[in-house]
Amino acid sequence: MNDTQAPAIELRNLTKSYKDLNALDDISLSLEPGRIYGLLGRNGAGKTTLMTMLTGQGYPTSGEALIFGANPFEHDQTLARICFIRESQKYPDDFSPLQAFKAAALFFANWDQDLADSLAKDFALPLKRRIKKLSRGQLSAVGVIIGMAARAEITFFDEPYLGLDAVARQIFYDRLVEDFAHHPRTIVLSSHLIDEIANLLEHVVVIDKGRIMLNEDAESLRGSAVAVTGNAEKVEGFINGYEVLHRDSLGSLASVTIKARLTATQQEMAAELGLELSPVPLQQLVVRTTLAAQSREELTESQEALK
Amino acid sequence: MSMIDDSRPIFLQIAELIENDIVSGTIGEESQVPSTNEFAAYYRINPATAAKGINLLVERGILHKKRGIGMFVSTGARAQLLQTRRKDFQTQYIAPLAREAQKLGIGADELNAMIKQSLISELTEGSGIR
Repeated sequence: MNDTQAPAIELRNLTKSYKDLNALDDISLSLEPGRIYGLLGRNGAGKTTLMTMLTGQGYPTSGEALIFGANPFEHDQTLARICFIRESQKYPDDFSPLQAFKAAALFFANWDQDLADSLAKDFALPLKRRIKKLSRGQLSAVGVIIGMAARAEITFFDEPYLGLDAVARQIFYDRLVEDFAHHPRTIVLSSHLIDEIANLLEHVVVIDKGRIMLNEDAESLRGSAVAVTGNAEKVEGFINGYEVLHRDSLGSLASVTIKARLTATQQEMAAELGLELSPVPLQQLVVRTTLAAQSREELTESQEALK
Repeated sequence: MSMIDDSRPIFLQIAELIENDIVSGTIGEESQVPSTNEFAAYYRINPATAAKGINLLVERGILHKKRGIGMFVSTGARAQLLQTRRKDFQTQYIAPLAREAQKLGIGADELNAMIKQSLISELTEGSGIR
């Protein structure tokens, strides 16, 4: 099969409806292989539904979800290239982590037992305890280990850190960067702990209410917005003409987040006006962009209703 | 990691960190710089981003690749960086100074005298003479 040209992940006008609700609403997207993607959005935005379609665990109402150009649904060849770790991954009740790893080793052609062993040590995972006796964090560790040691061509992690404490999450991120550096592949990280993973991501896709809000390289997002704080009147004068993402005020003080890359001259001007400029972290940017898009949408809807 | 901030693309920050080490002499010419993967692991960033920062310096001739060994600081890199910074000095410091001077009606002669005076006091204070 010649699929070197096909994107790792492709969505063509994908819609998934449950009764009246469009969980995914006419989404089109194309992601090339060999990168770490962040799939971000609020709970209920459609992240899990999207990954379910892409891993052949459900089928679209209309449109297509393709993996390397092929429909994964009941397609063994394609399914063998994917690993999907769900937020609450289920295992047979009487399995131990050791048995779960053995089963995974049979399914995933690139399985790396040494990596699984060393990760298990890092997470201090009791390998012979039955999985149903594991703590929530240990259960998440089992999923993280399988997802990483599988070295699948495309790995989906759907909020894989439930119950993992800050230290264990850092171990996950560090080991992921390390392993990805030596074995580049396509990784989709779905998370709402955006600040924690922001620097790991090469590309960011934000969805909300089943639609794509943002689809951009993380590096071009960084520094694409700035928060201007100071005397409200001066702030308003300074930001005039820019797209406003967010507005906060406290008495005569205002803090307005605008979509802009300011030149050195503009920064100087802000300093002369006594305005403070501060960078906007990726998490803030995602939140602001999502909310700004929502309010725009509500505005158009109410305008249409008036017609 | 506090050395990486949100104000600008990370690859620019990585390139700047390496440049600073070269200008200060922390990394000597013809000595090896850490690999892409080492940068990625140390700063906890995407390896592709680290590579982009390093490649930027390769394009500018600051670093060069030795096949199968790694990345090295080029001979003359420090002089080149100093030259760039001198050039930036004009746009970053002198141009705003001139702009402000014009706004305040300070002429060239007066500005020259002021700069000279500041230079002298900087020199005497800096070297501890008198």
